[in-house]
Amino acid sequence: MSGARRLKGLVRPYVVTDGRSHPSRNTFDLVTLVSAMPDRPLAGLSPERRRIVELCLLGALSVAEVAGHLHLPVSVTKVLLGDLVDSGHILTRAAVPRAAQPDSQLLREVLDGLRARL
Amino acid sequence: MASGPVSDIYLAPSVRTAVKLLVVGHFAVGKTTFVGTLSEIPPLRTEERMTQAGALVDDLAGVHGKDTTTVALDFGRLTLSKSLVLYLFGAPGQQRFTPLWRDMAYGALGALVLTDTRRLEQSFAVMDLLEEHGLPYAVAVNRFDGAPEFAEEELREALDLLPDTPLVSCDARDTGSATRALVTLVEYLSARVEDPTELEPA
Ligand SMILES: Nc1nc2c(ncn2[C@@H]2O[C@H](COP(=O)(O)OP(=O)(O)O)[C@@H](O)[C@H]2O)c(=O)[nH]1
Ligand SMILES: [Mg+2]
Repeated sequence: MSGARRLKGLVRPYVVTDGRSHPSRNTFDLVTLVSAMPDRPLAGLSPERRRIVELCLLGALSVAEVAGHLHLPVSVTKVLLGDLVDSGHILTRAAVPRAAQPDSQLLREVLDGLRARL
Repeated sequence: MASGPVSDIYLAPSVRTAVKLLVVGHFAVGKTTFVGTLSEIPPLRTEERMTQAGALVDDLAGVHGKDTTTVALDFGRLTLSKSLVLYLFGAPGQQRFTPLWRDMAYGALGALVLTDTRRLEQSFAVMDLLEEHGLPYAVAVNRFDGAPEFAEEELREALDLLPDTPLVSCDARDTGSATRALVTLVEYLSARVEDPTELEPA
């Protein structure tokens, strides 16, 4: 059996995030894409922060995927990712800017991509 | 399938932009099925603990047991082009004004509301929620065995849909059918943006 349920319930959010409930900077959306900087020392990182960096060293993922793979609540994941951005371990790829309306070019690309699957 | 080369879980290095659509509806309407049918990765799930009042449980001190409830979010991913990826988030509609809903709705392009003709009235809450968040939506009727059939006009009336809200029928278990439902939704989203007279005042 893989570790799919292994960690569930074991991580107490307030411990993992040192009691903070909000990220140091509120820059993360569920689909903000993150990846890890190679060659950053992992020594001194808490186990959860280290797991995030190790996961993100191999490629880019959304914030939601990081939370899903590591069985962490999204709220906790955002706090930890914020710390790791501050410490230079994690890079974010700009999420879609929150415009009043999504632009038509972007919607057109989504539509083309979906139609191509039919 | 949870196994396979580890690199399967990652985005292509060329991906630059991520967008999201919501797949919403009441319990057992087919949200998890829909997301799983379309996702290129094994669908993922995250859970948040909330108090009954809807506050996120950040600090467990003094907040235990029956006062808290777990809200699960299923999601999946479709890479649409070299540079663009679409995430689908499936979530129930009971939790109003919660941080989880704010997170989901923030920046979302729109939503697909799944409904079941055996209990249409159970879709009202989630449609209200979308309207309160200002999220445009289309409605997809999942055809369950033994569910009553209605003419489109009857369904529109029962669901109290605006004339331009798309209504399609869909089998959440079928890739083509689920994809067509999303195409209908995004066509509608495009039309709204390209023809601003269709937009409601902000
Ligand atoms: N006939 C039919 N059954 C469906 C459809 N979508 C889902 N189901 C079934 O309905 C049940 C509940 O679906 P699920 O995806 O778990 O619902 P959720 O609670 O909204 O996530 C499952 O047994 C599915 O196989 C559909 O489009 N047609
Ligand atoms: Mg489900």
